[in-house]
Amino acid sequence: MLTSQGTNVTNVNNIMKDYAQIAKTIRRDIIEMIYAAGSGHAGGSLSLADIFAVLYFGEMKHDPANLQWEDRDRLILSKGHAAPVLYSALARSGYFDPEYLKTLRKTDSFLEGHPAMKTPGVEVGTGSLGQGLSIGCGLAVSFIKRQTSQRVFVILGDGELQEGQNWEAFMFAGHNNLNNLTAVIDLNDLQIDGKVTEVNSIEPIADKMKSFNWDYTVIDGHDFDQIQEAFKKARLSDKPFAVIAKTVKGKGVSFMENKAEWHGKPIGKEEYDKAMKELL
Amino acid sequence: MTDIKKEKIANRFGYSDALLELIEKDKNIIVLDADLAKSTTTSRIKDKYPDNFIDVGIAEQNLVGIAAGLSLDGRIPFASTYAAFIAGRAFDQIRTTICYSNLNVKLAGMHVGITVGADGPTHQMLEDIALMRVLPNMIILNPCDVNEAYNATVQAYNHKGPVYIRFVREATPVLTSREDEFVIGKAKVLRNGKDITVISSGQILSNVIEAVQTLEKEGYDIELINVHTIKPLDVKCIADSVLKTGKLLVVDEHQIHGGLGTAVFEALMMSNVSAKTGIIAVNDTFLTSGAPDELIEKYGFSSSAIETKIKSLFNAE
Repeated sequence: MLTSQGTNVTNVNNIMKDYAQIAKTIRRDIIEMIYAAGSGHAGGSLSLADIFAVLYFGEMKHDPANLQWEDRDRLILSKGHAAPVLYSALARSGYFDPEYLKTLRKTDSFLEGHPAMKTPGVEVGTGSLGQGLSIGCGLAVSFIKRQTSQRVFVILGDGELQEGQNWEAFMFAGHNNLNNLTAVIDLNDLQIDGKVTEVNSIEPIADKMKSFNWDYTVIDGHDFDQIQEAFKKARLSDKPFAVIAKTVKGKGVSFMENKAEWHGKPIGKEEYDKAMKELL
Repeated sequence: MTDIKKEKIANRFGYSDALLELIEKDKNIIVLDADLAKSTTTSRIKDKYPDNFIDVGIAEQNLVGIAAGLSLDGRIPFASTYAAFIAGRAFDQIRTTICYSNLNVKLAGMHVGITVGADGPTHQMLEDIALMRVLPNMIILNPCDVNEAYNATVQAYNHKGPVYIRFVREATPVLTSREDEFVIGKAKVLRNGKDITVISSGQILSNVIEAVQTLEKEGYDIELINVHTIKPLDVKCIADSVLKTGKLLVVDEHQIHGGLGTAVFEALMMSNVSAKTGIIAVNDTFLTSGAPDELIEKYGFSSSAIETKIKSLFNAE
């Protein structure tokens, strides 16, 4: 990541050699946090671990030592229930001591169940689905007016796209050609009540992006080369850009993968041990 | 006491008057609208400062979200549309995005109240105070005329945090001047009296003043308070008055539940101040289409209806 000092920091923590290693650390954090909290959303956090590794440790311009840095890129986690993946990425990139992660959802912790402004590095509170892309549009408009090269990343769930406000925002961004705005769609095809394609399908999502005047690419959201390439395309595009990332909900923990019930189920001791063993 | 001037202007023009002046000094202000720029008067900003104006189209949830995003980059957004659509339709966005993160976003709810008239109940917003009042961090301003609307807009700009301001469509009498002091959270005693306290705010205040002036000639000594800030409520000013008079009437052009009346009664009970009370409000019902003055009459907000209510409360034991 590029910091406010102009230095390129790709290796904040010496343990972190590469994206695969970072993503694994994030996944371990997610399991640790949710196990300690006794509740939380593992599935949709795990599906985003690889993308967050690339965003916070490569793609984004941000500086944990300078929270108010005016020229930083902004990330909005519209699917706020995936807070654990965000908190881990923030802690591991240096916003706060990873030890705090264990205080997730506890009274008086700054790690709320869903993102809140009081957490260092969180740009805005989210949690009621469908609101993040509009916020991203506001930031993107402001950056364009300031003629700055800053970028805005909004992380959306696929189920979340059933909320109508997203389409107001997609329309606005397309109409106003907000080419500094990138939406990541976490296409894991699961929502609480089952498969997105069965509950109320958002497909054909790529065609929808095209018809709303967005550029897009469809990638494997667990392939680091494809993730990096997608963000490069987004940077070069002269339109708002959607990264449609096909992911596996619960990715990295075998018994959680592609299981709707792991959207928000507490993690028991046995499950914790098994998951952590798989993530060694 | 306040004079009712012959001159009538819709107080929404005070909003754009203030914004035109503020933008001249501060280009960080961005005025947003949702396809009602002529009605809300923000078309005046669009014409003079196009770079400081965004029309999002008919999309109020997005309107509020975009305003939120702008504020996160240090802009001061004024999101403007009909109260029914901003406070009603975008309630969750106002609650969860604006108020929870305590963002510096100003919301203008236009065309509130009975006098929207002919458009009917869908557009007569009579529930917005109740909705906005329960939100932590929210300030609610209810200006009575064009000049108070101007001052409310300027003070909303000066306040850091969310503010909801109410405006009406109809031209209403000018009651205040721009030079009058306007402090958020500080009610104004318009007339000192000892017999009964009458509280109101917004455009209906002109009918209340008319009633008080008539009764004054008949020898009633009424204390009249303009509560232009509904939240935070100036409890001390109201309680001091009620402790003196022992009788209180609230005239609240809003649903009876959750509006200014409820706010005042709650605050007095929580302060252990008791009084003989009365309220004129919309009695838990949707209204009908009709001419504004006819509806004001029909639903009990005419100055003569207010007079009658004051008298009956005055004579109550």
